[in-house]
Amino acid sequence: MSGYDVVIGLEVHAQLLTRSKAFCPCSTKTGLPPNTNTCPVCMGLPGTLPVLNERMVDFGIRLGLATGCTIEERSVFARKNYFYPDLPKGYQITQHVSPLCRDGSIDVEVNGETRPVRIMRIHLEEDAGKTVHDETGPLSFVDYNRSGVPLLEIVSMPDITSTDMAVAYLRELRLILMYLGICDGNMEEGSLRCDANVSVKPAGTAEYGTRTEIKNVNSFRNVQKALEYEIRRQTDILESGGRVEQETRLWNASQGRTLSMRSKEESHDYRYFPEPDLLPVRVDEAWTASVRDSLPELPASVRRRFREVYGLPAYDASVLTGSRDLAAYFEACVEHLDAPKDMSNWIMTEVLRVLSEENLSIAAFPVSPAMLAGLIALVRQGAISGTMAKEVFGMMVTTGRTADEIVSEQGMAQVSDEGRLREIAVSLVEAHPDEAKRYREGKTGLLGFFVGKLMAATNGQANPRLASRVMKETLG
Amino acid sequence: MLETARRYRRYGRSPVQETSDLLRKIQSDPCNAFITVDSEGALRDAAAAEKVIESGSEDVLAGIPVAIKDNICVKGIPATCGSNILSGFVPPYDATVIAKLRERGAVILGKTNLDEFAMGSTTSTGSFGPTLNPWDHARTPGGSSGGSAAAVAAGLCSGALGSDTGGSIRMPASFCGITSLKPTYGSVSRYGLVAFASSLDQIGPMAPSARDVAILFDAIKGHDGKDSTSVPKEYGPTDLDGLDLKGVRIGVPAEFFGEGLDPDVERAVRYGISTMEELGARIREISLPRVRYGVAVYYIIATAEASSNLARYDGVRYGSRSRDAGGLLDLYLKTRSSGFGDEVKRRIMLGTYVLSAGYYEAYYRKASQVRALMARDFDEAFAGCDLIAGPATPVTAFGISEMAGDPLSIYLLDIYTIPANLTGIPALCVPCGFGREGLPIGMQLMAPHFREDLLLGAGMAFQDRTKFHKVKP
Repeated sequence: MSGYDVVIGLEVHAQLLTRSKAFCPCSTKTGLPPNTNTCPVCMGLPGTLPVLNERMVDFGIRLGLATGCTIEERSVFARKNYFYPDLPKGYQITQHVSPLCRDGSIDVEVNGETRPVRIMRIHLEEDAGKTVHDETGPLSFVDYNRSGVPLLEIVSMPDITSTDMAVAYLRELRLILMYLGICDGNMEEGSLRCDANVSVKPAGTAEYGTRTEIKNVNSFRNVQKALEYEIRRQTDILESGGRVEQETRLWNASQGRTLSMRSKEESHDYRYFPEPDLLPVRVDEAWTASVRDSLPELPASVRRRFREVYGLPAYDASVLTGSRDLAAYFEACVEHLDAPKDMSNWIMTEVLRVLSEENLSIAAFPVSPAMLAGLIALVRQGAISGTMAKEVFGMMVTTGRTADEIVSEQGMAQVSDEGRLREIAVSLVEAHPDEAKRYREGKTGLLGFFVGKLMAATNGQANPRLASRVMKETLG
Repeated sequence: MLETARRYRRYGRSPVQETSDLLRKIQSDPCNAFITVDSEGALRDAAAAEKVIESGSEDVLAGIPVAIKDNICVKGIPATCGSNILSGFVPPYDATVIAKLRERGAVILGKTNLDEFAMGSTTSTGSFGPTLNPWDHARTPGGSSGGSAAAVAAGLCSGALGSDTGGSIRMPASFCGITSLKPTYGSVSRYGLVAFASSLDQIGPMAPSARDVAILFDAIKGHDGKDSTSVPKEYGPTDLDGLDLKGVRIGVPAEFFGEGLDPDVERAVRYGISTMEELGARIREISLPRVRYGVAVYYIIATAEASSNLARYDGVRYGSRSRDAGGLLDLYLKTRSSGFGDEVKRRIMLGTYVLSAGYYEAYYRKASQVRALMARDFDEAFAGCDLIAGPATPVTAFGISEMAGDPLSIYLLDIYTIPANLTGIPALCVPCGFGREGLPIGMQLMAPHFREDLLLGAGMAFQDRTKFHKVKP
């Protein structure tokens, strides 16, 4: 893409983890049979009225503060009018001219460099239902369970200059939402959805190119691929002397390309106007302050701390802060045993492997931080070898017992008794005179042969480093 | 209403008997006041109330038969809003006002006729035929709560609920010679009222006298957690002794007595005002310069909100659906084209237009600004007076089809009632005389927000002195 600058802005919809819907008492639970989680309000029955779930505002303030936004003292709900079967009132309640939060930013790291992406606004709105088309017949079905589920829409400024940066921004935003406990971040299930505005312009020029809006990019991989495709498409148009049309395009993941959905001329006139059924949202200083006091430490700060306090490499810090629970797990481990890098290695390899194989969350992981610390302590004391430790770890996962219990029960303690090893070494030299002779004549590679015999003689329980030294000394 | 309550207790009149007598009268009602009559439910309510009264309850509403405008949801009874598009729709819930009336033991007789979606002033634009004025069957009862007004005037119920967006309670009350209240916006829950224009709609009571209106108002008012625009305010019960008008300052706006006002109406209203003066009120001329923009502002804001409120009638979930639609857009077009009547379509188009990109600023935004200025007019006026008095409508009841096809003239009939909706203040309509043809004339009293006590008290004092409200068709 040399010769062209890329300009990207993202609109992200985050489904909120409130217990009830935005404007009615229905639950936000998913996976229920169609149309069983509805009431007259979220079905838009005649005569019903919305009542704001204040928890939703609370969640919006949380994200606003976490991203350095100004929280507006007065924000106003509006109606966005359009017809679609999954929109039961014929309008979506959202915020238009007066959003809850404005002017924040999120720092993202691309190729080791930290750059800010400014947040234009964060506003509150309700979700629509889901339309399901019958592939075999002329029928469509609508499930209103999701109708009225609260969303935050986070609109970035066009500060993103590459697909990598777009993905990094999205990852960081997702992490913040999850740390705040306001969204589960599950992109596959649609808890986090992304639309992208993309344009390209000749490198170094000031004026933005014509943008297209790409809808329906709902995984990190798809964001990457859709943006790459669209940038290539727009660049090709410009290269061949054409003009990019302002339009809305839909990402088709199976075809791997964006397809025109509607042109600017066909774009909806949503006829926004202030929602007369709801009062303006008033957020006073006390409300903002109480939310600020309850904010958890944010991922960027945890990452920095992990690097600075525990001396971890940036890579470790970013893996270990992949979720708030994982970071807490790591810190609890270190509290039990001050060996951050060992802990980090174990968590990044063994723990995360088991979690992914068993499809477990760290919260449900049977090996507690104290137990993991106990295991690593045994390794550091030399009581068991690294290989044995992995075996013990596997048993800890399946039985839920401590490393000490398993090691002593199974007689797995490492043989570190130098005298005993020396006895075995002497007998090995006697049993293999030819090899001993050739070793002494300079074939030092044969040391491995003797150490292997020594390990086998102790059923693998010999401390390998000690075994090697003793064998070497015995061979002379 | 008070009369009926007294008969239940002093003379052993049975609520079941009262209810079945009314049901019989309704069956032969020549005025077509009702759309749906719930005989079974009403008799069941009445029997329950009878037990309550026998057990010594002094609640005046126990066993009182009331009629409900058919844009207010009553669980299990069709809510038509007078529209084909809602055919078959039966609300699965009670409006808050209905729940409150039920709690008090009122008997719900049925649902009354209205202009389609309460849009109109004649109770003739709906799909259930016109309602006739009990005073003269060749004339309209006014609208849009004409069914409720006619039912009260004809003695088919003790009281009724209507809804008022631009005068829909007060105008038919004036045409039918009954008393009615458009309460302060936010004082009565709108939950369960099928929305026409959300920032203007308000449910209110209609009855033969100010005392009856007060009793119904006390029953339905108060904060409701289901309506965010309902005001969390503690309202005491209205004093049924009436208000001593001595020293009460009544402002008479010059703008309410200008061009277009029928001389008979002016004479009767001036008589009403002088009656209050005789009772001790101090009358002063005031000016409300911006009320002349009222109709224009109203038809922008009300239609804008209506165009959005009526979007949900798309044939997808409830109500009627076109059977021969070829696709989604076709389903919408056919369902809405055949489901809505002309007046509703006219307002949806007008409202869609004023909210459209490029027109919003010139119409909706401007109208909202003028609306705010108008509120300031009233604030300033109420700094110098306690009540404002004037006519409710410029004319008396006209012929059923006299104004058909002339929507603009019909819109202008709301000229005196619209300001109370745009500013949210309460307004009472009381009978104050009769015109040349013996048709009732109503006087409108307006008060500052939440001062229904002043309005109703003044209404009681006026009715203790006059007999207009006692004259029956």
